[in-house]
Parts: sequence; C-alpha cells; structure tokens
Amino acid sequence: MAGTLAEKVWEAHLVRRGENGSPDLLYIDLHLVHEVTSPQAFEGLRLAGRPVRRPDLTIATEDHNTPTLDIDLPIADLTSRTQIDTLRANAKEFGVRLHSLGDADQGIVHQVGPQLGLTMPGLTVVCGDSHTSTHGAFGALAFGIGTSEVEHVLATQTLPLAPFRTMAITVDGELPAGATSKDIILAIIAKIGTGGGQGYVLEYRGEAIRTLSMEARMTICNMSIEAGARAGMIAPDETTFEYLKGRPHAPEGEDWDAAVEYWKTLRSDDDAEFDAEVVLDAADLEPFVTWGTNPGQGLPLSASVPVPSEIADENERVTAERALEYMGLEPGKPLREVAVDTVFIGSCTNGRIEDLRSVAKVVKGRKKADSVRVLVVPSSARVRLQAEAEGLDVIFKDFGAEWRNAGCSMCLGMNPDQLAPGERSASTSNRNFEGRQGKGGRTHLVSPLVAAATAIRGTLSSVSDLDLPYDVDITTFDGSPLPVPAGI
Amino acid sequence: MEKIHTHTGVGVPLRRSNVDTDQIIPAVYLKRVTRTGFEDALFAAWRGDPSFVLNQDAYRNGSVLVAGPDFGTGSSREHAVWALKDYGFRVVLSSRFADIFRGNSGKQGLVTGIVSPEDIELLWKILETKPGTEVTVDLEAKTATADDVTVPFQIDDYTRWRLMEGLDDIGLTLTNEADITAFEATRESWRPKTLPAKHLPSVPIEAARPV
Ligand code: SF4
Repeated sequence: MAGTLAEKVWEAHLVRRGENGSPDLLYIDLHLVHEVTSPQAFEGLRLAGRPVRRPDLTIATEDHNTPTLDIDLPIADLTSRTQIDTLRANAKEFGVRLHSLGDADQGIVHQVGPQLGLTMPGLTVVCGDSHTSTHGAFGALAFGIGTSEVEHVLATQTLPLAPFRTMAITVDGELPAGATSKDIILAIIAKIGTGGGQGYVLEYRGEAIRTLSMEARMTICNMSIEAGARAGMIAPDETTFEYLKGRPHAPEGEDWDAAVEYWKTLRSDDDAEFDAEVVLDAADLEPFVTWGTNPGQGLPLSASVPVPSEIADENERVTAERALEYMGLEPGKPLREVAVDTVFIGSCTNGRIEDLRSVAKVVKGRKKADSVRVLVVPSSARVRLQAEAEGLDVIFKDFGAEWRNAGCSMCLGMNPDQLAPGERSASTSNRNFEGRQGKGGRTHLVSPLVAAATAIRGTLSSVSDLDLPYDVDITTFDGSPLPVPAGI
Repeated sequence: MEKIHTHTGVGVPLRRSNVDTDQIIPAVYLKRVTRTGFEDALFAAWRGDPSFVLNQDAYRNGSVLVAGPDFGTGSSREHAVWALKDYGFRVVLSSRFADIFRGNSGKQGLVTGIVSPEDIELLWKILETKPGTEVTVDLEAKTATADDVTVPFQIDDYTRWRLMEGLDDIGLTLTNEADITAFEATRESWRPKTLPAKHLPSVPIEAARPV
C-alpha cells in the first residue's frame, strides 16, 4: 500500500497494534531529556522501583534554566538551581548521559541531538518539550510529550499513541533574496492558523524545501507546533546524509551503507494520500514579522499593523484588538516604523551556526543602533566554539552585541535573560505569547536576517533596507571555504 | 499502583461546585521538582480559613471526598491528583468531573465515581450531621455506603478494571514486555546509541561576562 513518510516511520516502530480503538504501542529510538520536564518522571520511577529501560537510548542536557553569563559561578535563581541539581542527581542515579553547563556538548536539547549525529532519518524521537518537532527535518518522527509520558518512555522505551492525520505542505519556487526558511514557516502559520495543523503530522516538500540546508529545514520543522501540529517532517536526501556523515554518532562502514539505503526509501510514495494539502509559492514570500501575540499573527514586513475595525469576523477583531493593546501598537502604522529595544538572536529555531553566520555577514563592520541592545546566544556550546573559530564573536562584539553562552535564554526567560515590562523585541525565537520573554514583554518574531537589519536600523527592517548589496548565499562566510568540523 | 477493591475511610463533604485545578492546587506549587509532598498544597487557598471542612478535627483524616458538580475543571495539571492523593484521599465522588481530571485520576489510582446529584445531597447530609462517618466504596459493586445508606456510582469499565488490577499506564504497557523485547531484537545496528558516549574533544568553555 502506498504510504506517506510519516506512516512509514510509524509502521516501522509498531511494537503492538492497538485493538478495538486502543492506541498503538510505538517504540522510541531516541529520548532527549532536560531539567524542566524530567524531575517528576524520575521520581515516579523511583517511587515505583523501576529502572530506566534503555539509558543507551537516552541523553540529557541542561538548557532551559541555564544562565548565559557567569556560567562558572553558582546559579543565583533558586528554582533554576534546584531543577539543574535535580537533573544531575537523577542522571547519576539512573545512569543517563548528561551534558552539563560548562561542558562542550551542552546546549539546547534540539541542537544537541543533531550535532552529535544522534538525530537521524527514520527514527522516533521524543522529548518533554513541544519543539521536539525540530528533529523531523531529518525525516524522523519527532514530537513533544508531557511529564507522565516522559516517565513512560524512561520505563518502557515505548509510548501508546493514537493515530494522526497527515498534511502535505508543498512549497514550490525559489525564495527571493533576503527571505529565509523562517519566513516560509511564518507565512505557513499565518496561512493555516495556529490551530491549522491540529491532529496532523505535517510533511514539507517541494522545490523550495529541497534546496534548503539542514539548519534551515530544522527552523521550519521546529515551528510546526506553532501551527498546532504534533510533528513536522522533511524526507531525507543527499543534504541530510551530507550533514550526518562523520558526526560522532553517525553510523560507520557497513552500517552507514545499510542506513543510507534504507533512508532513501523514506519518502512519501507518489500516490500516497494525505488527509490535507496546502500549497505555497516561495517566490511570493518576503521577510515576515509577527505583530500580535501568537505566531499566526504575522504579516510581510512591507505591510502595516492591522486595523481591527476593518476585520469583519467579530472573534478575530476582538483578538486583534487585545493583541494590539498588549503589543502597544497603533493600528495602520507601517511595520517598518516600529522601533524595538532588544534584538534577540538565538533559540532552537535560529541559534545555529548558519544563523550566526548570516547575521555576522550583515553586521560585519557596522555598529548597532544606539537605542537597541543585541543579545547573541548560540544554541549550543559547540556552536559557540565554532563561531569563535570563525571569528564571528569578534564581529558581534565590534557591532556592539553581547556574545553569550549557550542555552534557551530569552526564548522563554526562565533564566535572567528577560524583557522588562513594555520592552519590545525582535526575536529569532518561536513564540510571541504574552509574557513569554518576560512579564509584559512584547515580542516580534523574525528571521536572523531581519533581526540583523533591525539591530542596525533600530526599527523592524530587512536587509533590503540596508545600503549594502547583500549576497543571500549564507552557506559560506566571506567567500572563504567553511571550516566545518563534524559536530556542529 | 495499589489494587483497590473496596476502600473505607472518613467522608468529607465539600459543598462547592466547579472546583477547578487551580483551587485544588495553585500554580505556585508547580515549580517543585517532586511528585510527592503536595499535601500542604491541596486546596491551599481555603486551608487558611478555620471553618474550611478539612480544618475541622472530624474531617481532617478524610479519604473519601464528596464534592459538588464539575470537579477538576481548568488546566490539565497532573499535580491536582498528586495533591489529593498525598493528602490521603483515595476516592472522589461528584455528579460531574472534568474529562482530563478523570483521565489523570484513573492513571494515578484515584477513584472518581459519578453519583447522582440527589445522592450527593444525601451523602452530604449524613456526613454533615454525623461528622467523621466512614464511607465504604466498593468498586466491585459500584456502590458507596455511609451509615445505612447505599448509593450507586458510575465508573467506566476500563478504568475500574485498571484500578482493581492496580495497573498504571506503565504497568499496563509492561504487560506487553515480551513484545517490547522481541521488537528490540529486530532493531537495525545503525540506529544510534547514546552510550558509550562519543563526541568531539572536550574543550574548555569560556564564561561570558556582563558587559
Ligand atoms: S529555545 Fe525556546 S523553544 Fe527551544 S527548547 Fe528552549 S525554550 Fe523551548
């Protein structure tokens, strides 16, 4: 029978098919753990006297709470410190591999999996974090789970799961200069809405997706959850294999050959049926920015802040009014005139080496606007090391940006990196909910290129607003060959 | 999880409807890293009131909560069930429960029985006129008995079976352990293992400083 990519991966993990409406039992290949959603799961095991079934399929890292300054000093915030200490004790007790703050492999959980070569096509990957969908960029079925499910996977390495529906999102054409994969996903969410993907696994395909690097693909899959979907996937191809080859945990020798042969079969069959389909033309896209308090409230940068009184649907009007009030935005004001206080470059959406390179390329030799503070937070310690090896840190510092240690940071403000009430940010992260980046903070979600241009001009901007011709080829830096060791 | 066939304990009349999970346990307690020891958090906002039912000696050691309709609405926090169990409750009777709360309860071994509003009223009267009266809940017969009054309650067969067998979700999955082990034997060798750990050379990471 013809199948979609998601169905193929599902079928390959069936331990037991559910009968009479009971859920299927699925095997989990890789379980990523962090300090926020794991403490009660480990305690549940302890109370029931159960071990971790497969410590060798489990890996933990510290990311949500970790400071990005003074990481060699004790963590000041008590709750944060308790969560981190608890994870350390649990990892030790249950024999789980942990990459702690200060370790070269520490970083945001969704960067650590791919950079170690643990995330691969055809796997089932789970983590107590909704942005686990990131790993779908490799053609893995990856999704976030709750604390009791974390305990369930730790104890059994399986999950009982109800079937999902599939949605194909085809992005044809070529992205125009200055637009990135972040703009693709923001446009998709604006089109289908924050609930549009509910109950679905999304599969991104089409010419524009094929030409994207792995990192750009991760950005897209990362935000699948913002469209309400459980997971997002992209079929693996040469770009995927190229990224994986030589990474610490990538298969070697015969295993590699067998894996690649299998991975090549991981694509939706031509006659596979999806439950829903969406088509987009990349050529129509331009840099996108959110104006409201959910990721679906986005518009092209050339647009103006919506005018609620012009919105016919009452519900939407009220929602828009409330969002604009929280955001402190004047209806009808051109988005390009909105001034920001902070630019945050980081997170599991856009804190990867490629993102940092593209920002560095724009800001090199320039100075940030006096009115903004700029935070650059690499997604992992290895990304930080790599950036430093390429001299990007110097470019950022000369520009006037703060160069920080790795972690989730201002993406959710669980550590000291927060917006003050009323403070406005242009942020490369994934959620613009009320208070997400700090109580009363106002977030505009943007791509790294828009973040860079905004840091220069002080108002929401794209690279086309700068007086420099900009070369969108962001895979090389300064034309020199890329020194990319495995591991980033 | 303990098997439950019958349970007998002091009944606590909670004459309130729409007790949501924020009232069962306020959000401030969610920062904790433990999953036991939430007894102090149960109904935290009401516990300061000396007239609150759990502050009266006769009810203090209660284990069967008899509540008004729409118990457990609001956020899906599993902590609500932990708090009730930690305090000592084994059974909650109400004429209507929120779905997620009922689901969470069944998984954690807290019995939730649906009793008609008239029968709830009947139980309240007994428990209020004779504080400290014990209620016996019989899962087999699906009845609750206080004094000389016996009322029926509803609970779905699947949850009832699980409670009587003492199976939590994990226990249930582990009844298929042979299948899991058999599946593991078929996994290809290219699939990744996190242990033994492989990584690039460890390099000291410089701490960023405030500017
Ligand atoms: S960077 Fe943000 S979205 Fe990603 S895992 Fe951390 S908190 Fe979640």
